[in-house]
Amino acid sequence: MAGGKERELRRRIDSVQNTKKITRAMELIAATRVVKAQQRAREARPYAEQITTVIENLAAGGAEIDHPLLRQAENVERVGVIVISSDRGLAGPYNSSVIRAAERQVQNARSEGADYSLIVIGKKARDYFAFRNYTVESFTEGISDNPTYEDARRIAETVATLFTDNHIDRVELVYTEFLSIGSQKVATRRFLPLESTETIATEGSGDSKNTDSFEFEPSPEAVLESLLPRYVEARLFGALLESAASEHANRQRAMKSATDNAEDLIVKLDREMNRARQDAITTEIMEIIGGAEALGDDDQPEDLVPAGAEN
Amino acid sequence: MTFQVELVSPEAITYSGEAEMVIARTLEGGDIAFQPGHVPFIGVLAVWSVEVIRPDGDRDVFAVHRGFVQVAGTKISVLSDVSEKSSEIDVERAQQAKNSAEQKLSQNDEDIEATDALARAELRLQVAGI
Repeated sequence: MAGGKERELRRRIDSVQNTKKITRAMELIAATRVVKAQQRAREARPYAEQITTVIENLAAGGAEIDHPLLRQAENVERVGVIVISSDRGLAGPYNSSVIRAAERQVQNARSEGADYSLIVIGKKARDYFAFRNYTVESFTEGISDNPTYEDARRIAETVATLFTDNHIDRVELVYTEFLSIGSQKVATRRFLPLESTETIATEGSGDSKNTDSFEFEPSPEAVLESLLPRYVEARLFGALLESAASEHANRQRAMKSATDNAEDLIVKLDREMNRARQDAITTEIMEIIGGAEALGDDDQPEDLVPAGAEN
Repeated sequence: MTFQVELVSPEAITYSGEAEMVIARTLEGGDIAFQPGHVPFIGVLAVWSVEVIRPDGDRDVFAVHRGFVQVAGTKISVLSDVSEKSSEIDVERAQQAKNSAEQKLSQNDEDIEATDALARAELRLQVAGI
């Protein structure tokens, strides 16, 4: 019977409808998370700005010291690459583009004749690099969704230790910049060595253009000494927060288009199903008429509808 | 005369308000009190309390672990990983932390982490007024 096709289509529509419900739910969840993540990124900004201001004032005060985090290696033997990806997929091109950018950094390092160290955040990047036999120096999971400062501090400390121990001579940070809800961009930034304090100062917001001379306690050098690690942490934390916001924004977009596609598919399958049903009915009628005509030779109109055809 | 006080943690601005005087302790420098009109100042804070004396005479006390203070113009900002208001400190937890740190130190008195933990716990208890 032709009803088989109809039943099959009905089943497919049901399954697409279920998928649509899931993607719709994910879209809504991502939408609320992106707002929250965006707010956290905004709230974290004053600290980073204030730290930059302090460095500005320090630079204006003429503090320039030999800090291990400022060490410029003459000969870069090993490049550290920090990749911030997510633990979960279904976020559109979010992971693949950040991973691609990180892989490019590794290749750059190789073409310079340097070795590489991957510092990976998020399962997706780890899976990718582990599958391709890259060595992963350090891996952190479970934080990319909703990073805390403590997470940032721990990772920054690991990286800073690798750097100050001369294990790596340069560190690149690959993450996703959150420009707006509709626009995120993969960014690669030099993470270590830090530029000299003057460069940090000129790159800063520049909203404190006061030239009054500051008093420092215990000394400008001591302040800078404890300030630079905080600066590194704050930068990593900022990148983590932006990446989290980008992840949710990407997921929201991916899930929205998945929901839209499911809707289109349902409309298409619905039409196909209706046609199949109509076909089946038409065929049945044709069979009945054909049967009636075959009987019609007897000239007995009351038998026009054969028994059993009413249903 | 008052000035603007801000306590800024990496995650958010935790406190913001007017104050007549702010008392802190800097690393190696000892206690220092700021009043409006203080010269521009940047200092590293010791693990100690920061007292904010509000215009109405009330004081807010915070436990500040590791941080900086910057005075510029009519604004004073305290940058710190952790700053807890005295009324928000979990005394029981601080007491536990103190006990466990002391225990660790009794086994190994060169344990830097435990020394830090002890200092933080003691500060919390002190600020909470116990």
